[in-house]
Amino acid sequence: MNAPISPPPETRYTVLDAPRRGIRDVLMRWEVILVILLAATTVVNTMVSPYFLDVFNLADATFNFSEKAIIALAMALLILVRQIDLSVAAIVALAAMGIGYAAEAGFGPGALFAVGIGIGLACGVFNGLLVTGAGLPAIVVTIGTMSLFRGLTQVVLGDQAKTKYPQEFLDLGQSYFIKMKETGISWLFVPPVPLSFLIFLVLAVLFGIVLHKTATGRKLFAIGSNPIAARFSGIPVDRLTFLLFMVSGILSGLAAALLTARLGSMRSNIAIGWELDIVTMVILGGVSIAGGVGSILGVVLAVFVLGLVTFGMSLNNIPGQVVSVYIGALLIAVIAIPRIVDRLGLRKPAG
Amino acid sequence: MKTTRRELIRIAGAGAVVLAAPAIITRPARAANKRIALIVKNLGNSYFDACANGAKEAAAELGGIEIIYTASAKPTAEEQIAVIDAQIAQKVDGIIVSANDADALVPVGKKAAERGIKVMSFDSAIAPAGRTVHLSASSTPLIGAKQVQMIAKTLGNKGEVAILSAASTMTNQNSWIEAMKEEWKKPEYAEMPLVATVYGDDQDDKSYREMQGLVKAHPNLRGVISPTTIGIRSGAKAIVDGGLIGKVYITGLGLPSEMKDYVMQGACDSFAIWNPVEYGYASTMIMADLLNGKDAAEGAKLSMGKKGETTVGKDGEAVMGEPFEFNKTNVEEFAKIF
Repeated sequence: MNAPISPPPETRYTVLDAPRRGIRDVLMRWEVILVILLAATTVVNTMVSPYFLDVFNLADATFNFSEKAIIALAMALLILVRQIDLSVAAIVALAAMGIGYAAEAGFGPGALFAVGIGIGLACGVFNGLLVTGAGLPAIVVTIGTMSLFRGLTQVVLGDQAKTKYPQEFLDLGQSYFIKMKETGISWLFVPPVPLSFLIFLVLAVLFGIVLHKTATGRKLFAIGSNPIAARFSGIPVDRLTFLLFMVSGILSGLAAALLTARLGSMRSNIAIGWELDIVTMVILGGVSIAGGVGSILGVVLAVFVLGLVTFGMSLNNIPGQVVSVYIGALLIAVIAIPRIVDRLGLRKPAG
Repeated sequence: MKTTRRELIRIAGAGAVVLAAPAIITRPARAANKRIALIVKNLGNSYFDACANGAKEAAAELGGIEIIYTASAKPTAEEQIAVIDAQIAQKVDGIIVSANDADALVPVGKKAAERGIKVMSFDSAIAPAGRTVHLSASSTPLIGAKQVQMIAKTLGNKGEVAILSAASTMTNQNSWIEAMKEEWKKPEYAEMPLVATVYGDDQDDKSYREMQGLVKAHPNLRGVISPTTIGIRSGAKAIVDGGLIGKVYITGLGLPSEMKDYVMQGACDSFAIWNPVEYGYASTMIMADLLNGKDAAEGAKLSMGKKGETTVGKDGEAVMGEPFEFNKTNVEEFAKIF
């Protein structure tokens, strides 16, 4: 090209702060929608079924989604940094098998949880090494390890089940960790809480603080927004990504221990298909699959919406397939509503 | 900005109500005074739909019973537990389950029992600790005897007979064959010898070739018993393809939808399997007995309505009866069901 090269500018460019409204607005919108959905679900279910607003029934309902919800916390961070771990359900199977063998060998409850978490951690390290060390795309790696871990479980177990566990271990998964306590005042009581749900709540607070109140959290958002820019800003992208895969493995192992204790039995098809349920929780929670956007509050709200919708619909004996169709529609609708609102010009574009 | 956000919330709210609508439409009827949940492995399965029809038939006969027929979207233990939990929450009176996993359903079965709900299994059992009664469709001796009786009737007790089984390693196949041989000892089968047992490994092509081999190896072969749905359909096809209709007959355990054409063509005179309508009916009748406080200890007799009585055996196991026979008169009707 012969075009004259323009002289370098005298002054450096001024980089303006990003308009604060942008991301804030998305978050606000999303969580507001989820809160409305949650309220609507509760109100409708209460109106339709006399069995919905019953502390014991609600506590029982939490049993059925808490293990998935625990893994969803790790998945949220992975998706936030543009990664994904599709092997979580297979890690649950492998860890549950380890727990099954350890229980047969006479290990106690604490050791069984340690075995589950240990196997989960090892799987997480394996995934992390392949993604950050070998630089392979996470979706490919974890689809591979999904088959690998699940296949390993199937080869070892065949059609056998592991059904021998110590009673104290089973109690952790099957009874309420915090027992119902009444105070004499009808609306003031300590609700019954299963261990898995309690762990989920504690972890959710912890993850919320790390993601939204610490420098590490800001770094994760930076990686998700632009991994290359993050790397050039001195953020240890690989190390953090590796760490997240480890966390994902650890929480999958923990979920495996809780699930095995709840079922009192494990087969090679344990937790099959969970990875997509978990991804659904995260996406409904407003974590952008393109990375860089999301909040733990959103994920927690989405967990409750999905859990209560599923429970409410099965209370009304709506067949499982209809529940799936409805959840699919819900996901698409919740994601589409903000976009449609934008298209209709109801909201002025930012700036 | 203020107004637009309010508008946005309004739209989101409207969306939420629309999305919550399916829950509003299906308000449950609560006229019956006893509710029995029939929870199967998966929905959209015509076999289980037929079971549910039988259950509803029993409920209508008894009166005052509502059947809740449901299942999870995926045939897994975890999802089935969630469905059972929802039934416990609704405080149903009885739960009849075809289990996706015998052991994993034990805790939830115990929980239901603790809350005063009667639990029984049918089709696919829950381990004894998690239920009171399991109703099997049939028993090994009955299944074995029935198949020998069917081929004897077709052949008039005369002619060489062979067995076309699945794999030699399959426990249920082997125990059925043992039961057949037990029946075969009876004097009326003296002129109907068992000449061979071959294995098609539950593969269509291998079963087909084994059937062709049998006919070649035993020129006087008149009948074949195949206690597997794959063996019987492949064997029947080999009879039709080989132009052996009227010369060799096949019987065994088959599905009406797969066997209909072969029965109409004459390759198969009769075959058997349990009747799912009767199965759902008998299960519901037994549950009604349990709800009325009948004891289900070993040796107790429970009513199966027009199907008679069954005796509870070891570990709460009960048997419905001999397999149901299908022939030209009824196969077309049942082919629509399963």
